[in-house]
Amino acid sequence: MAHPDMMAGPGARPPSARRGARLGRQLRGVAGVLLSLALTLLGLLLVTFIIGRVMPIDPVLKVVGERATQAQYDAARLAMGLDQPLWRQFLTYAGQVLHGDFGRSISTGHAVTEDLRRVFPATVELATLGTLIGVCAGVPLGVIAAARRGRWIDQIARVVALIGYSMPIFWLGLMGLLLFYGILGWIGGPGRQGIIYDGMVPEVTGMILIDSLLSGDWGAFRDTFSHIILPASLLGYFSLAYISRMTRSFMLEQLSAEYITTARVKGLSERRVIWGHAFRNILVPLVTVIALSFASLLEGSVLTEIVFSWPGLGQYITKALLAGDMNAVLGGTVLIGTCFVVLNIASDILYRLLDPRAA
Amino acid sequence: MFQSSIRALMLASVVAFAPAAFAATPADTLVVAGQIDDIISMDPAQSFELSGQDVIKNLYDRLVDFDPVDLNAGIKPSLAESWEVSPDGKTITLTMREGIKFQSGNPVRAEDAAWSLQRAVKLNLSPAFILNQFGFTAENVDQQVGFDGNKVILKLDQPYAQSYVLNSLASEVASVVDKETVLSHAEGEDQGNKWLSTNSAGSGPFTLAAWRPNEAVQFAGNADYWQGAPAMKRVIVRNVQESSAQRLLLEQGDIDVARNLTPTDIEALSNSDKLVVGNEPRGRILYMGLNQKDPILSNPAVVQAMRYLIDYKGIEGSFLKGQFKIHQNFLPEGYLGASDENPWTYDVEKARKLLADAGVRSGTIKTTVRDMAEYSNVMQTLQASMAQVGLTLEIQQVTGAQSLDAYRARRVPIYIGEWGPDYADPNTNASTFAYNPNNADDAKLSQLAWRNAWAVPDDMNKATIAATLEGDTDKRKQMYLDIQQQYRDIAPIIPLFQRIERDGMQKNVHNWTAGGSVTSAMYGKVTKE
Repeated sequence: MAHPDMMAGPGARPPSARRGARLGRQLRGVAGVLLSLALTLLGLLLVTFIIGRVMPIDPVLKVVGERATQAQYDAARLAMGLDQPLWRQFLTYAGQVLHGDFGRSISTGHAVTEDLRRVFPATVELATLGTLIGVCAGVPLGVIAAARRGRWIDQIARVVALIGYSMPIFWLGLMGLLLFYGILGWIGGPGRQGIIYDGMVPEVTGMILIDSLLSGDWGAFRDTFSHIILPASLLGYFSLAYISRMTRSFMLEQLSAEYITTARVKGLSERRVIWGHAFRNILVPLVTVIALSFASLLEGSVLTEIVFSWPGLGQYITKALLAGDMNAVLGGTVLIGTCFVVLNIASDILYRLLDPRAA
Repeated sequence: MFQSSIRALMLASVVAFAPAAFAATPADTLVVAGQIDDIISMDPAQSFELSGQDVIKNLYDRLVDFDPVDLNAGIKPSLAESWEVSPDGKTITLTMREGIKFQSGNPVRAEDAAWSLQRAVKLNLSPAFILNQFGFTAENVDQQVGFDGNKVILKLDQPYAQSYVLNSLASEVASVVDKETVLSHAEGEDQGNKWLSTNSAGSGPFTLAAWRPNEAVQFAGNADYWQGAPAMKRVIVRNVQESSAQRLLLEQGDIDVARNLTPTDIEALSNSDKLVVGNEPRGRILYMGLNQKDPILSNPAVVQAMRYLIDYKGIEGSFLKGQFKIHQNFLPEGYLGASDENPWTYDVEKARKLLADAGVRSGTIKTTVRDMAEYSNVMQTLQASMAQVGLTLEIQQVTGAQSLDAYRARRVPIYIGEWGPDYADPNTNASTFAYNPNNADDAKLSQLAWRNAWAVPDDMNKATIAATLEGDTDKRKQMYLDIQQQYRDIAPIIPLFQRIERDGMQKNVHNWTAGGSVTSAMYGKVTKE
């Protein structure tokens, strides 16, 4: 996972402080961002493409199947353009991508863009809810743990985080299903929806929670929520572990700073010292941590998706990779790469809002 | 989006937490959980994956077909109500049933049936070889397959056994598609292949309501079906990868049938009074291929010994329990000419003696195995028993695609894997296990015999061909029994087990079939009460 700081810095201000129209500078800034975005994506495309082509998996076999004769095999290889030199294959591919055409997936038979439009909202829905849960629980936990350093609440937070880090999510998911779905019957089972509501909600965003709200179908909403709550909580727990530990260490660093001592000497209440001074100062790095955690949920929740039969992006890319389905892998990678870049830009904008010095 | 989610979360926390009761699926809906992530196309001329065949079986009719409630009865009339063979045995004329309509409303004509076969041959995709066996090629198929009024006429290049031709016509690639509808969606020279990959144009008991890859296939019952509207108005097949998840869904009543349960889960289910567990032998054969390019494995004594180094009973009773049964012949139970003779047992002493007599005392073989529990477990028990006779087996786990790649290049010394029949005729397995017309490296054949570099003896090659031409079905059956007897004595590709499908079901589900050993799942006659 690339750290946003390591990526081409769209947020870096133009080095020239030379006088000029403010508008010009801003335009150049925008152009710089766009240029670095384009370069990043092009690089990503090239690297993924090359990895895909040198991988020891033969995509033709996936198309023609185990029984194919050599003639059928050769015909399919020709049709897929795999007889062309690598550079020409890449140019053809890049040209198509520029026109928004990621080709056809050989493992689903659908256009890759169509596939992504279906699987990505499922993942976004899950990752967003998961991150929300992680933030709402993780940040306060981290702050409290830092404020009560070494006390029992700190120890509990540590254990909670440690379990979140180390428990295999696969196992937790199955146990959760067994308990809440199998025994207690509080929640829905694997899948995004119950059978009765399957395909009943008109699709707008592809995120069924939101779509069911938009259509005012409360039954469908309730059903969808009862299916998403457990996987989202598990992902939330996973990101809580990370967020709370990072929050704690950021806070500890601030709390030992001189300005905090000053604030305390001035007689500010502990509450204001912690939330008004120290916490405000960790917002910038915290935003990075949350963005990173969100991005990792977008790409990395394969196991959760499998346990909960969640037809999301992680499963899609993994399956495509194993089948040598490079169009699907490339499309998915570009999408995730774009998410990283966009999240990077978004957190950059948030920095500026949160920290006047960065503006 | 962020805000909506927060709002959603707040609203939902108020309404969501009420205990759900045991929910049964609606009475006119069949819900199946399975692993359906292998489907890449729904065009009958292209689809060749197990789950894809299950779909096509229900969307289309064929000229002849199996009866889902009586598979053992064999081939029955379907869109064709009768057929006759010319005296020279080279022309088959099938008469179409009158008054049947496609789901589009178009009439099902002999023209559609002939065109469907021509189309599959011309597209020449994975399953086309099933039709090409009868001498059809893209160039000649317009002459060889034709129609006259309500008759479909097939001209074969040899006087093939009638059973062989009809069995092949019952396979999914021979499905009858709606010519007018498909052609109206054709792009360039694709004969509607792109469109039909994600749509349906058949006359079957169901229409395709939706297909979301890796997620679900939904069918809607065809109310005007010529054999009577199916009792199930809706069939939903959901992709659920995990056995334990399938089991939970079944126990909670959210699904009617679970198709991929592990032995542990099956055992747990068999105590339930709401559920039943089926037991259906399927066509797939788990076998061990011994590559004859390997200096050790090409020794006939080693091939002999290896047959006694598989712990058949132990494996059948432990990690393959309820999923496979011992079966040491290449024709699966349920096929014409299938044999139930299983002569080999686990006998390390015998293997040791066979090897000692041939002067083999030690050796090392490096092989690969696909990363599926069934195969790698069999390979590991083999490793243990080979070690007892002084043979070292080094195993490397690889993905399915890598494994197939190496196998096609004849680079797997010991291959553990499955072979599934392609159509309901014994030739489908005989022609791959017991037939290899050219053992040269550059022949690049797809026969298992070729992949294991086994030069099948000339008389066996000839017998396999002769069996496709024998018009008398009883004689034909005996020919396959004879071939298998000879095969058991000499072949280095050793059938070990036959697949059994044990589906967990709600008690109220009747007439469910996964297709037995000869065909695919059929939902048309399923009822719930």
